[in-house]
Amino acid sequence: MASVTTRPPDEPASNTRPTETLSPRNALAAAERAFSESHVTHSPVIVRIEPPHGWFDLRLRELWAYRELLYFFIWRDVKVRYKQTVIGVAWVVLQPLLTMGVFTLFFGRLAKLPSDGLPYPVFYFSALVPWTYFATALQSCTNVVVENQRVITKVYFPRLVLPISPVLAGLVDFAIGFAVLLVVIALYHQRPTAAIVWLPAFLFLALLTALGVGLWMSALNALYRDVRYIVPFLMQFWLFASPVAYPSSLVPARYRWLYGLNPMAGVIEGFRWALTGHGQPPGPQLAASAAAVVLILLGGLLFFQRMEGAIADRV
Amino acid sequence: MTSTVIHAESLGKNYRRGLQTFPGLRHALENFLRAPLQSLRRPKQETFWALKDVSLDVREGEVLGLIGRNGAGKTTLLKILSRITRPTTGFAEIRGRVGSLLEVGTGFHPELTGRENAFLSGAILGMSKCDITRKFDEIVAFAELEKFIDTPVKHYSSGMYVRLAFAVAAHLEPEILLVDEVLAVGDIRFQKKCMGKMDDVSKAGRTVILVSHNVGAIGQLCHRCLWLEKGSLVADGPVDGTINEYVKSMATPQENRTWERAGTGRVRFSAIEVCDPDGLPAAHVPMGYDFCIRAAGIAEGAATEFNVALQLVTPNGVLAMWAYDQFKTFRATPQGEFLIEIRLPQLLLMPGSYLLNLWAGRAGQEEFDYVKNATSFDVIQSDRILVTDTVTNQYGLFYGRPEGTQLK
Repeated sequence: MASVTTRPPDEPASNTRPTETLSPRNALAAAERAFSESHVTHSPVIVRIEPPHGWFDLRLRELWAYRELLYFFIWRDVKVRYKQTVIGVAWVVLQPLLTMGVFTLFFGRLAKLPSDGLPYPVFYFSALVPWTYFATALQSCTNVVVENQRVITKVYFPRLVLPISPVLAGLVDFAIGFAVLLVVIALYHQRPTAAIVWLPAFLFLALLTALGVGLWMSALNALYRDVRYIVPFLMQFWLFASPVAYPSSLVPARYRWLYGLNPMAGVIEGFRWALTGHGQPPGPQLAASAAAVVLILLGGLLFFQRMEGAIADRV
Repeated sequence: MTSTVIHAESLGKNYRRGLQTFPGLRHALENFLRAPLQSLRRPKQETFWALKDVSLDVREGEVLGLIGRNGAGKTTLLKILSRITRPTTGFAEIRGRVGSLLEVGTGFHPELTGRENAFLSGAILGMSKCDITRKFDEIVAFAELEKFIDTPVKHYSSGMYVRLAFAVAAHLEPEILLVDEVLAVGDIRFQKKCMGKMDDVSKAGRTVILVSHNVGAIGQLCHRCLWLEKGSLVADGPVDGTINEYVKSMATPQENRTWERAGTGRVRFSAIEVCDPDGLPAAHVPMGYDFCIRAAGIAEGAATEFNVALQLVTPNGVLAMWAYDQFKTFRATPQGEFLIEIRLPQLLLMPGSYLLNLWAGRAGQEEFDYVKNATSFDVIQSDRILVTDTVTNQYGLFYGRPEGTQLK
């Protein structure tokens, strides 16, 4: 959708027109600037505004030019999230911890599901930390366009900034959860293996999944508010379609690639493996997950770009 | 050596009607299941052009006013130029960084403090972090909020909120500034301050496009004025001429046009005319003569007593005259109708155009009806007051009869 092109997209600040009034002191500075400018042949920013057309133009350079705004959106998300809550950041830890307790009791002690030889709390918590990150990121991503509709209809910025910000803001919560996870692992005398170097890759995969699906959901939610109600359901199903409460070794090996089409299957299993050395090392399941993520993300970007023009009019 | 910074050619924007009742997902899915092929084609929907075929060129440093009635397409044009929405037809080329102020407090979050919001809102409006840091003290001083800058804005009064919001916006320094109606906020003193700031902005050589209902503000700040009507450009020229034309059309009764009104509705004016000294309806009233207005309308039962007030306003929005008698009440006939005449002896207003606001109510109790810009008329020169024919109400609103005596 090459409807708004900026050339050059990254305008150096030196090229802005001086606006101060001409006092002798300023005049000198202005003269200096005029002199230096006359030697730098920058063309001024020309923005062309046209009806939407074309298919795919991410304008990533424009996105880069707006990175400070992205930072401010993330900063706002993090700041606002725990304002006026009594225990604040503790919620980040409490939620997965309680879920871990419930899982340990019911799936572990009562249902006696296998845990790849890991103590149940470690088994569940090592999956719940990346899962919680993914679920929270996706849910806030779904609502981000609708929640910012006032801003969207009043000022221009690349709309792609919006779905990216909650996905990155969620990393702060993830870091806290991860610290607690390390404590839990230490308490149960587990020791991370060399595979831990793969951990960032799995986190990145989770991030891309949340962003990819979030792009679809946020744009759809802007047009159809039904999405807001669908997503919590979706997350419930998705939780049980991912190896959080059970190991993916329960799935027959020849179907594992199919199972891996759920990107979170690859992420969760991989995360657990990287951290504890137990479970499935990367295989066809992960390959399928990675492929699925790429498809979802590209589709999401395409769809979001396609809807971008309509969002301000229809949100 | 000024150059064109905005060049727009036949911009048009088509909206679907009934955006509010946009069908839900269920509807979309249902349509898809019923007629899969048909729903993939563009649905036939009633559309309307919020803006059609508008071309304009704005030169560097110009301060351009944009006037027109509600729904004339002013905001749509501004939204297209600020890239918030895309045109359906035409194109525009913009040279320079654009800042848009379409509302007060864009991006404010109630839970955040004044300081945090200043940074957030500034960033959303397009300022860089170091710009904001550099101007932060200035912003706080302008907003007069030194003591409360670390209080969450949800505890602010609406005045404080607006002051902070405007202070942030006022320190935006884009090359092209697009402003919509934001001057109509805050108390009078702060409004003056904002007007002063806007004046500075335009004097600093920045290009400004200003949308306002307040033709006074436009007249004061702008050099050139565009008048939009039903999405099309009606006039584009020097500010005074365009405003006068616009003001006249405002008060001319037109089809599809309803009065802008307020009040409980227990009394409703339906027609008004201005009459000359002979009691005949006229659009021109001579200075120094009596004039009267007649108003007809309906009231809820004959028991409803009401006072009537008249207000005359100049095209610049200056309130020129207030005519009211609290002891004179009117009432409708048993059929619920009324026709009243209000006579004003010896009109001493200076020549020029005036708008008339009409009010009916019980003072201090209830406002039955208030019609803004009910009609307009021109005061013209006459034989009773001998002033040179170039004199208008720009010299003064009222004519005073001088009685000169040479004392020495």
